[in-house]
Amino acid sequence: MRRVAGIDVGGTFTDLLLQAADGTVRLAKVPTTAANQADGVLAAIVAAGAEPATLDLIIHGTTATTNAVLERKLARVGLITTAGFRDVLELGRRTRPHPYGLTGTFEPLVPRELRREVAERMDARGQVLVPLDEAAVEQEARALLDAGCEALVVHFLHAYANPAHERRAGEIARAIWPSAYVTLGHELLSEFREYERGTTASVNAAVQPVLDRYLHRLQAKLAEAGHARDLLVMNGNGGTVPARLVAKDAAKTVMSGPASGVMAAAATLAQSGLSNAITYDMGGTSTDVALIAGGVPEVSAELSIAYGLPIHLPMVDVRTVGAGGGSIAGLDRAGMLRVGPDSAGSQPGPICYGRGGARPTITDANLVLGRLDPARLLAVQDAVPMQRIRDAFARDIGDPLGLSVEQAAAAVIRLANVHMTGAIRMVSLSKGHDPRDFVLFAFGGAGPLHAVALAREIGIPEVLVPARPGLTNALGCLVADLRQDLVNTLNRGLDDIPEDEIAAVLAAQRERGLATVLAEKGEVEEAVVLHSAEMQFRGQTHLIRVALPRAAMTRAEIQAAFEAAYFARFQIRMPEIRAVLVNLNTSVIGRRRRFDLRALLPPGDGDALLGTRPLYADGAWHEAQVWQRERLALGARIAGPAIIQQADATTVLEPGSEAVVDPIGNLRVRV
Amino acid sequence: MTEIDPLTLAVIQAGLQQVCNEMDIAFSRAAFSPVIAEADDRSDGIYGAEDGALIAQGELGLPVFVGTMAHSAAHLARLICEGSVAPPEPGDIYIVNDPYLGGTHLMDVRFARPVFVDGTLFCWLQNTGHWPDIGGMVPGGFSAHATEVEQEGLRLPPVKLFKRGELDREILAIIQSNIRVAEQRIGDIKAQAAALLVGESRLRELIARHGAAALQAAIAGIRARAAERMRAEIRRIPDGVYTSEAFVDSDGVVNQPLRIALTVAKRDETLTFDLSGSSPPCQGPMNSVWATTCSAIYLAVKHVFPHVPINAGTFEPLEVIRPEGTFLDARYPRPVSGCAAEVSQRIAEAVFLALAQAIPEELWAAPAGTSGNFALGGVDPARNTGYVMYQITGGGYGGNAHDDGLTNGCSTIGISKTAPVEVMEQYFPVLFRRFAIHEGSGGAGQRRGGFGVHYEVELLRGEAKASFVMDHGRFGPPGVLGGQPGAPNVVRLHRGGVTTVPEHLSKDQGLRLVAGDRVEVMTPGGGGYGDPLMRDRVMVARDVTRGYYTAEQAERLFGPFA
Repeated sequence: MRRVAGIDVGGTFTDLLLQAADGTVRLAKVPTTAANQADGVLAAIVAAGAEPATLDLIIHGTTATTNAVLERKLARVGLITTAGFRDVLELGRRTRPHPYGLTGTFEPLVPRELRREVAERMDARGQVLVPLDEAAVEQEARALLDAGCEALVVHFLHAYANPAHERRAGEIARAIWPSAYVTLGHELLSEFREYERGTTASVNAAVQPVLDRYLHRLQAKLAEAGHARDLLVMNGNGGTVPARLVAKDAAKTVMSGPASGVMAAAATLAQSGLSNAITYDMGGTSTDVALIAGGVPEVSAELSIAYGLPIHLPMVDVRTVGAGGGSIAGLDRAGMLRVGPDSAGSQPGPICYGRGGARPTITDANLVLGRLDPARLLAVQDAVPMQRIRDAFARDIGDPLGLSVEQAAAAVIRLANVHMTGAIRMVSLSKGHDPRDFVLFAFGGAGPLHAVALAREIGIPEVLVPARPGLTNALGCLVADLRQDLVNTLNRGLDDIPEDEIAAVLAAQRERGLATVLAEKGEVEEAVVLHSAEMQFRGQTHLIRVALPRAAMTRAEIQAAFEAAYFARFQIRMPEIRAVLVNLNTSVIGRRRRFDLRALLPPGDGDALLGTRPLYADGAWHEAQVWQRERLALGARIAGPAIIQQADATTVLEPGSEAVVDPIGNLRVRV
Repeated sequence: MTEIDPLTLAVIQAGLQQVCNEMDIAFSRAAFSPVIAEADDRSDGIYGAEDGALIAQGELGLPVFVGTMAHSAAHLARLICEGSVAPPEPGDIYIVNDPYLGGTHLMDVRFARPVFVDGTLFCWLQNTGHWPDIGGMVPGGFSAHATEVEQEGLRLPPVKLFKRGELDREILAIIQSNIRVAEQRIGDIKAQAAALLVGESRLRELIARHGAAALQAAIAGIRARAAERMRAEIRRIPDGVYTSEAFVDSDGVVNQPLRIALTVAKRDETLTFDLSGSSPPCQGPMNSVWATTCSAIYLAVKHVFPHVPINAGTFEPLEVIRPEGTFLDARYPRPVSGCAAEVSQRIAEAVFLALAQAIPEELWAAPAGTSGNFALGGVDPARNTGYVMYQITGGGYGGNAHDDGLTNGCSTIGISKTAPVEVMEQYFPVLFRRFAIHEGSGGAGQRRGGFGVHYEVELLRGEAKASFVMDHGRFGPPGVLGGQPGAPNVVRLHRGGVTTVPEHLSKDQGLRLVAGDRVEVMTPGGGGYGDPLMRDRVMVARDVTRGYYTAEQAERLFGPFA
């Protein structure tokens, strides 16, 4: 059996899951090394007792590009664009950061002095109105090099309709550019909307050198240690790409962290005989929520990483809410209870960290209620100051509202859960899905702590906590398939498009995707090709994604599929209006060998009951049994109130709920 | 009334908010008109059964509808009570766009759906959507020259468009016979109704969960808390009387400025707004109806205190004196099409300028404050179809205590995005020659204003008529604390080699264009905040490097910097 390591670098920890030659699995969790993530990666391999030289494959999830964008530690980028339009990236689309309040700022990724214009113009049908001034392209590219630009974007109006000018300008620029860091707007995203396409391209250019340098450092270190093979790197679409190709489309890695967790959830569901889940990953500062329907994670091409920075590439549709363990609770000026949006973050962190935090947080509330064990907090070195936490709850919430400390802490947990139900509704109900048809797949440090109460709040009947909830992202790397997504814009009435044209576009996409995916012969067992269309009724601007089971479909079949999808989403039929086919998409997925999740199971000798401890739930103290997750046998049943502890997570079973360990080691909780 | 515990209050408040947010999203995603689907020119909320008082409103809705929809719901409840409108039955949806019954301009069409619990009216769900056309003398409804409301379009009193769940085809036929591009409206009507349906099913889950009585008690409690929260914000403002003024360029008919005179009195926990010194009613369409005038003040205060939740209680501590006899309290048949998009922003500007004297560290200089409506209507000979194109634009925001103003920020009363150039050129026979920063437009200050937009669009085929309803063409948005005003709005027409400027600078209608003619617009920059000489010299030099100002401009506005 091949030796494969999945390694995920998160904000706090670098996690590793290693499949050894004998099929067993080793785990490691080491601190992330922020200055150079490569050190942490090597440390994780060593911590798992492995030699880099003996590994056949490393699959890597990295936050290098995410952090680069959020902290604006980016490459200096120059832009060459259509005359008259250099400010598109700065003007955006007439927005403001918040609906209320006329404050806030926005800086585009490319400052104005590095945005240069050249004469050229296409019309909306792709006809040349002004020929490309080739001499100007070379002149401006040289000027941008002289100005210290490391990466270059070429972004012309209507290049999605006819990319000839972008291609030619790209040739000219590449001939003089000292590196491969030249991004053509249409190559990454061939869709209309100049601001979104141009911003996506500029994100790509700005993180390209960052990602490339990081991967070179990492590969050099691995090579030193005897591992000279290519890595696979996780993308935001939930698939992987060989490291030698990934920097070209570097923007696709920007939101890859949350995507790998969702892919692990999908793999776990498949082996559990389930197909519908809402994933719930709660960490210290934020919570990620996504939806998996029919075994397939929902994908969106309209995500933004920050205000004014849309990245319109197909990515796993993960919604982030700013509520995590560090969210601060208190009363507002009218005495109304609030949880968040302020967060104590990791510095100073919750009161329990003992780093100077003085205001009560969600994590502190969990300690007060006995849901967390003060002796087992991963982030805390010293003894937890329980009295200080209780005093803070009394001072900030309990005394003014006439509640006991426990009641105040319970109110904080309840309100935090209500806010999270809002995010869950947005990915489920508001898209036409009924939460009662889903399980809540809980992972991350704090997900299993809140999941049962949260599921009750929103009406989800079952919670699933995987065997290793704290290593879910690393598992996502280990199980991820290779993936290529291709998009072409048609934007014409369905009736006007010849059926053979649709088939030809999809066939060309299929061929391009297969060429990349099948190059990884050693890893890919089979290639799966998925086609879809993005459609709308004429006159609309939003799109609905419609799965196309075959490349050769009649217009009537496509129309019927669209109408069915539209009705499912809005309960509206619209026979009066014609359909428009905006985009044709193909995803080519290179399936890797299935990873048997039972390999993750600890021995489970059954002697798992650790004792009891007081747990506050439903307005009263209970003496709850405390179980050691790693020692639970398959098939074990535990009734709430109970606490199930494991190395990297704590699951709380509320009174009245019941958990069973299923045949692959998941906790399945009937809430 | 039973006392509801604070946790349940917070839980129910979040629940009601989610109901409204889901209605907002459902409406936009299913709508057809770009003005709703792309620009989010709509709002959804929950209103009291008897008094129409605001219970909750979507966070993603257009700010100017914050106050108007409660007025509209109150009028509907009153008319039903008086017997002049048929009483509600389950499944009904009333349609109304009468500006004088709690509205804005005629294009803003309200749908109201009663929610019954055990046979008793529990509340109203209501939404407003901006229809791209409602008939009248110009495509799109933004007439600059109308002198009575009948010229502005079809006016609907509250009538049941849906009766017990069934669409009334006869009323629909009347509406469709009176508006342009009518065939697409059916999609918007279905979307607007479906959003209320989504809201009702979510609301019923809340009712089932908590019980109708507990929910009503919680609604009262939430309202009291919001009022208390607003009072707490007001207490921080120093007691005193603060005056300000703002000017609308003209009413579109008589070419002289309209004055908004505002006196804000702060005493204890109350803010009193008095506009009674403002200009008398005007001939052209820049009159504002009472609901819109109130709403403009509410949304301005909400901008200043963005964290106060919105419901009827939020505005209890705000006393607005009805400015009878002024153009800010328009009565039938005064034309009003400019009130929602332009006059409301001048009122908000006056509120910002008054409060900037009281709590300068929390305020900003004046924002561009115009929606920049430019409508182009004609027939495309290549497609042989009629079209109505809208271009809206933002402008610079005012500088504030911490930052320079935002560039191309959305109108004060809106949250709507502009359509991409690539979309406009696909749909309409036009070519944009530029879409750029309005250089030099940011008002000088220690924190300068943001920049407006400078665009130029050419008609490619056939003939068309252009209309404009913009503002701040005569005076730029004022600065505060020694800051300079932003650059004013500029409209230029380049026709047959001749360049002209509209007589009223920012407002005109029916200007004929032929292929090759161009329209050029430069939107206002925001006002500056604080003394320009205090601006960091590094930032002045940076702004010159970026070409925001020429070196000469910068030297003149900000003093020596090199």
